[in-house]
Amino acid sequence: MKLITAVIQPHALEAVTDALREAGVAGLTISEVAGYGRQGGHTEVYRGAEYRIDTIPKIKLEILADDADEPGLVEVIVASARSGRIGDGKVWSTDVGRVVRVRTGEEGPGAL
Amino acid sequence: MDPFTLDTGATAWLLMSASLVLLMTPALALFYGGMVRARTVLNMMLMSFTAIAVGAIVWTVCGYSIAFGSDIGGIIGDPLSHLGLHGEDAESLLAGSGVPFLVAAGFQMTFAIIGAALISGAIADRVRLRTWVLFVAAWIPLCYAPLAHMVWGGGILSGSADSLAAWMFGTTGSGADAVAAVAPIDFAGGTVVHINAGMAGLVLALVVGPRLGFGTDAMKPHNLPLVMLGAALLWFGWFGFNAGSAGTADATAGLAWVTTTVATAAAALGWALVERIRDRHVTSLGVASGIVAGLVAITPAAAAVSPLGAIALGAVAGAVCALVVPLKHRVGIDDSLDVVGVHLTGGIVGTVLVGLLSVDTGLLYGHGAAQLVVQTVVAIAAIIVSGVVTLAIALVLRATVGWRITPAEERAGIDISRHAEAGYDLVGSLASRRDRRPVRIEPAPAPAPTAADRTPAPTGGDVR
Repeated sequence: MKLITAVIQPHALEAVTDALREAGVAGLTISEVAGYGRQGGHTEVYRGAEYRIDTIPKIKLEILADDADEPGLVEVIVASARSGRIGDGKVWSTDVGRVVRVRTGEEGPGAL
Repeated sequence: MDPFTLDTGATAWLLMSASLVLLMTPALALFYGGMVRARTVLNMMLMSFTAIAVGAIVWTVCGYSIAFGSDIGGIIGDPLSHLGLHGEDAESLLAGSGVPFLVAAGFQMTFAIIGAALISGAIADRVRLRTWVLFVAAWIPLCYAPLAHMVWGGGILSGSADSLAAWMFGTTGSGADAVAAVAPIDFAGGTVVHINAGMAGLVLALVVGPRLGFGTDAMKPHNLPLVMLGAALLWFGWFGFNAGSAGTADATAGLAWVTTTVATAAAALGWALVERIRDRHVTSLGVASGIVAGLVAITPAAAAVSPLGAIALGAVAGAVCALVVPLKHRVGIDDSLDVVGVHLTGGIVGTVLVGLLSVDTGLLYGHGAAQLVVQTVVAIAAIIVSGVVTLAIALVLRATVGWRITPAEERAGIDISRHAEAGYDLVGSLASRRDRRPVRIEPAPAPAPTAADRTPAPTGGDVR
């Protein structure tokens, strides 16, 4: 099993979740996060004073997937989140040792 | 109508106006509360609410007497003349009006409360509540009420025969009827409330010192919808402030209502225009601040200018305040929520512009510069009185109870560190994350298991 984590532009969320639903993903977790990548921060004038903004708001998606589905789902996310501009985000996946469905106690791929 | 019989229309309007002005202080709590960071919103709102709690009592005990009691040297009223609002029975009318004395005293109470509450924005996030409460209890009788007496109670900044204005430009009339030939105009509190509160805010910001992180951290508002709601309610309450200051429901009140509305509208646009040119974007905080700047500036002028004059006055006030606000970063004074930039600046702009735009006495209407001179002198006098008295109170409090919370408390956020609560504790975990003694709650006896507990949840909607 794999955990796919994607940090994307907030405005790309709808396109990505739509594409994942079409690809058959039955569940995912969404968080509002902030951070910075290669583009760094920027300066902003607010109320007449200049501020340095170091972090940019992003959306983080987490999806638990079967090993066989993982490569395809990563491609779906990358394709649907891409605008081609700096700041589109990153997608990565990691191995998952154990998954338990809380309600039934079911374990392994059956719990996905 | 004989002015010495009860005028129910005027009384009804003043009761309504007093209630509207009282609403301004909770509105200020929303306005200021949204402008601070999420971890200090409750303390900020508490400062406004405690100003009501303390101010109402202090005003009743001695504030009204000091402001409107029998004159002592043009500086204060006799604190004993209406101590505890006694000395008049409930049926008595305010001298020379058809309004009961207690209605007038209550109406004026609400002005003292909002005046004190306004100051809190200059010292957001960093002062002990007990010091603030003591400050309000001292500032209303020692600073607000004397200035109210000087301007409105027949003192040296009023239009009486013994005033500064009479000394400068002489008197008209004779004997007991003599008044200053060029009387200062402060219709609803440009000097008494706004210059006073703004100057007090400047003094307190200096005495208390900046917040940790001032000048480096952004410290942007955490909840702008709260700010917008506060600005809306301030605007609504301000109709009591300005139109209520006519003292009755008449054409003057109507003029004040219209000038208050259009000056505020123009100021919102003026502030937005400055932001668009200087910062390249219009902000909701800017429009909300422009609304307050316009309300402040029209306050002294509401019945003296024409509707078109009010538009000009508001536009100038909105633009000037927007330009003054960022100067605090240049001089390094943490006037956190711009009490100086909006209330002191707006109060000065409004008070001085009366000298140009007053239809009956203004320079632009061909009546010479005398009104402009009187307005400027009164504004400067109010700045001095407020600055000196507030400084004395602030230094005494610093030497005794102290103003600041500890740096650790300030970093954690004053809400959780001093009040043991959080404005947005959405998952109920913030309080327990701190090093606080947990509240002991005896466990409730476990209920006997029921059939429902053993029945598994319905499984029809399995999504994974």
